[in-house]
Amino acid sequence: MIVALITIALFTLASAALAMSLRNLIHSALLLVASWAGVAMFYLWAGAEFLAFAQGLIYIGAISMVVLFAVLLTRRSVAELAPAPDGKWRSVTAIYTGCAVAAVFFGAILFTPLNFSAGPARSFTVRELGQQLMGPQAAAVLVVGVILTVALLGGVVLAAVGRRTEKEDAS
Amino acid sequence: MSPLQLSLLFSSALFCIGLVGALARSNTILVLLGIELMLNATNINFIAFWRYGPNHTAGTGVIFVLFSIAVAAAEAAVGLALVIAVYRHQQSIRLQEANRLKG
Amino acid sequence: MNLSAQSLWLIPALPLLAAGIGALTPRRGRSLAAGAAITAMVASFVFSCLALYYVLNDVGCATHVDATGRTVWHQVVGFDYYNFAWFDLGSGALRLGWLLDPLTAFMCVMVTFVGSLIFIFSTGYMKDDANFKQFFCFLSLFAAAMLGLLVANSLLLLFICWELVGLASYLLIGFWFHKPSAAAAAKKAFITTRIGDLGFLLGLLWLYDARGSLLFFDGGHGVLEAASLSAMAGTTLSCGLALSTAIGLLIFCGAVGKSGQFPLHVWLPDAMEGPTPVSALIHAATMVAAGVFLIARVYPLMSADQALAHVPVHALTVVAFIGAITALMGACIAVAQNDIKRALAFSTVSQLGYMMLALGVGSWVAAIFHLLTHAFFKALLFLGAGSVIHSAHHEQDMRLLGGLRGPMKTTFATFAIGMMALAGVPFLFSGFWSKEAILHAALEWDVSLLPLIMGLAAVVLTAFYMTRLVAEVFFGQARSPAAEHAHESPAAMTIPLIILAICAVALGFLGTPVFPWLQAKLLGEAEVHGHSLLEGAGLMVLSIVLVALGLGAGWAIYGRKLRQSATAKDPLETASPSVFAALAARLGFDELYAATVGRANLAFAALSAGFDRYVLGGGISFLTRLAHFTGVMSLDNDEDGLNTGFNATSEKLRGAGKSYSKAQTGDAHGYLRVLALAFVVLVLLVVLGGGR
Repeated sequence: MIVALITIALFTLASAALAMSLRNLIHSALLLVASWAGVAMFYLWAGAEFLAFAQGLIYIGAISMVVLFAVLLTRRSVAELAPAPDGKWRSVTAIYTGCAVAAVFFGAILFTPLNFSAGPARSFTVRELGQQLMGPQAAAVLVVGVILTVALLGGVVLAAVGRRTEKEDAS
Repeated sequence: MSPLQLSLLFSSALFCIGLVGALARSNTILVLLGIELMLNATNINFIAFWRYGPNHTAGTGVIFVLFSIAVAAAEAAVGLALVIAVYRHQQSIRLQEANRLKG
Repeated sequence: MNLSAQSLWLIPALPLLAAGIGALTPRRGRSLAAGAAITAMVASFVFSCLALYYVLNDVGCATHVDATGRTVWHQVVGFDYYNFAWFDLGSGALRLGWLLDPLTAFMCVMVTFVGSLIFIFSTGYMKDDANFKQFFCFLSLFAAAMLGLLVANSLLLLFICWELVGLASYLLIGFWFHKPSAAAAAKKAFITTRIGDLGFLLGLLWLYDARGSLLFFDGGHGVLEAASLSAMAGTTLSCGLALSTAIGLLIFCGAVGKSGQFPLHVWLPDAMEGPTPVSALIHAATMVAAGVFLIARVYPLMSADQALAHVPVHALTVVAFIGAITALMGACIAVAQNDIKRALAFSTVSQLGYMMLALGVGSWVAAIFHLLTHAFFKALLFLGAGSVIHSAHHEQDMRLLGGLRGPMKTTFATFAIGMMALAGVPFLFSGFWSKEAILHAALEWDVSLLPLIMGLAAVVLTAFYMTRLVAEVFFGQARSPAAEHAHESPAAMTIPLIILAICAVALGFLGTPVFPWLQAKLLGEAEVHGHSLLEGAGLMVLSIVLVALGLGAGWAIYGRKLRQSATAKDPLETASPSVFAALAARLGFDELYAATVGRANLAFAALSAGFDRYVLGGGISFLTRLAHFTGVMSLDNDEDGLNTGFNATSEKLRGAGKSYSKAQTGDAHGYLRVLALAFVVLVLLVVLGGGR
């Protein structure tokens, strides 16, 4: 169990770190897909199968596609992108900041006594999840549905406005 | 070391990788992706505490993560649409150049 | 098929539905509105007959669930009720109900039957009216409200319907609202009855306060049941009256207003301004009958104090004297009226006085008997008058009519039957039997014989003025062009007249002393105990003599020497001008009220206006001056002192805003970095601070 967890973690972290450090955006996006797949495996390992499927559908299926489209649509700029003048300084400060936060987290985790009981008897079924969603959490489901609809419309509106201004600029 | 502690270390490491990415990269798309990684790390935390927490049958962790994923999807859609809109406007996806509202 | 109390709501609901249909019909949907109204009324009549059948034949056990949830059995003869919760109010529920007993059933049958005939008559009478459709809508509403009042098992529901009756009567009396007199009459009817209703409402509230319920029957908890009655009769107020007397008298106020009793009778003759079918409906089936019905319904409450010896006055004594005064006064005034409808209106006042007299002397059965017979013959008389008015081009002054016996044979014959029933011509006509019942009850009253004497005097006068009316209208020669061209009315008007005439004769035999079927059924007795006519024959002979006297005097004065011209003086006027003038002026009640209540009201209004103008208005104008003055003062203060200070402050704020906006660098990475480092610093602070 522990071995599986460590493997998954290492895989996920490695692909995420690589994705964040590569210059090629397409490669970065593909490596991020691998990282998200690792997270999905973690969900499977933890017994949240439904979440694993949701992660696969949404991140690996949908968001990755959106990211790729965004990369391709902005490709000209990406190709022309010269290294920023202050890139080095920012990278160094970013790593220091990240290390500081990580130190705080690790310290908190390692020095906090976490004595919860181990091993659950059974996992949480999709049926129970559905009952939870349609019963006590129905209002939240509705709100999320509204948020998604608004986000969809907002995305369309933003993109459409951009296209028109581009035409006006061109003409 | 217990699985819970390992999971938490895993999630905090992923969080910090996302944070470093978001801080270091000047490409807006990658900044967004770093933020997505940070969101994923928090989701891992929820699941870890649900899995090893005192009240396993409550299912709140799973439901919370489900909503978090939904919101993350919305965020990605709007964020990338914004990136494209900004790009169309000033022909650049460099985050430093999107500073028109500075004081 | 039986109709029990549970489905009794159908009877008022159908006309209400018809009213709704009428309200939604477009203006030209005349036949639809009229058809719906008549169909609904006839259907209600059928349901009422079923209810009556149920009441007369259902002898057995009834069950109901009382307030505490127990099921209670009681042995009844045609008595049934059904209560339901209207809405929850705090810890309890406000409950209404339907009540089915012989009183309700007989009244429902009468109202729906007479109402149907009046509706049919109206299709002929109102044929040329532009607002034909509204008329039927209002008529249906009127009937629905009256029927709801009849079936109510709760004083509150009764009161609601009671007020609806008032509203509908307002709409109908003022139906020709373009006539100022009609609008004024509608207003007068509404306000006058409202005075009585105020008393009713107070009584109702007091009753609810005292008993916590307004249901009539509720398995031992209703206000008309023994426990409640004895408790109320046993409570003595500080003025010496029993509680039941006080509440009963307050409720009686409502009946006084609605039934046109002295001193609130003034609206009833003015209500003649409405179309004649409305007058018939108001005077026969609905409205005025409501007051008598109300007292009959709460009769146990009114009579609860009868057993008490030490109280200053019994509620029923007041009722009896009010009734007797009204009976005599109405008959007197009717003698001197020249408007055919007004004369009939005062005769209604007088007859209602008889009914109240009967209630007061303790025979509510006689009152209801008279109410039923009166409903038929008064509807007949009003519709007959309507037929005359319709054919004589809306001429109502009997001095200008005359000689209609020839052209209007059917109308004359039926009107004569109605007149004889009202006058109490012996043996054949219904009015005789019901009036006899009342007079016998008055004779047996042990408090005073005065009401009997007043009632007997009114008998003479009734016979007299009805003879005068018939002689003036139907005999002699036509005294105006309108009367000369009079012709018989269409079948839609004459057929209801004929049916009502038959009823005006036949109904009396339901309640003769030999076989008092109606009385027994009203009291819920299974068997009918008749007795010979010879018992109490003295009074009967006396009243027959008095009727003959009245008829003879009327014929002697008006019949033998017929009026020759419209301007000729009335024989009575020649004999005693001052008395006749006083009677013709309706004893000056309107003027009295105008001089007292009206003037007091005006004086109070003037006082209020003066108070408003000078005291309040002066105070307010002083305040405005004061405010203006301080405003001027502070304006100067503001200009010089405050503005400079504010300007300086604003400048400072702008400078501060500029400095702060430097923090908005536009560098998103910078923000995130600051956020992350701030997080680290905060955690370290917490940890190093010892976790506090």
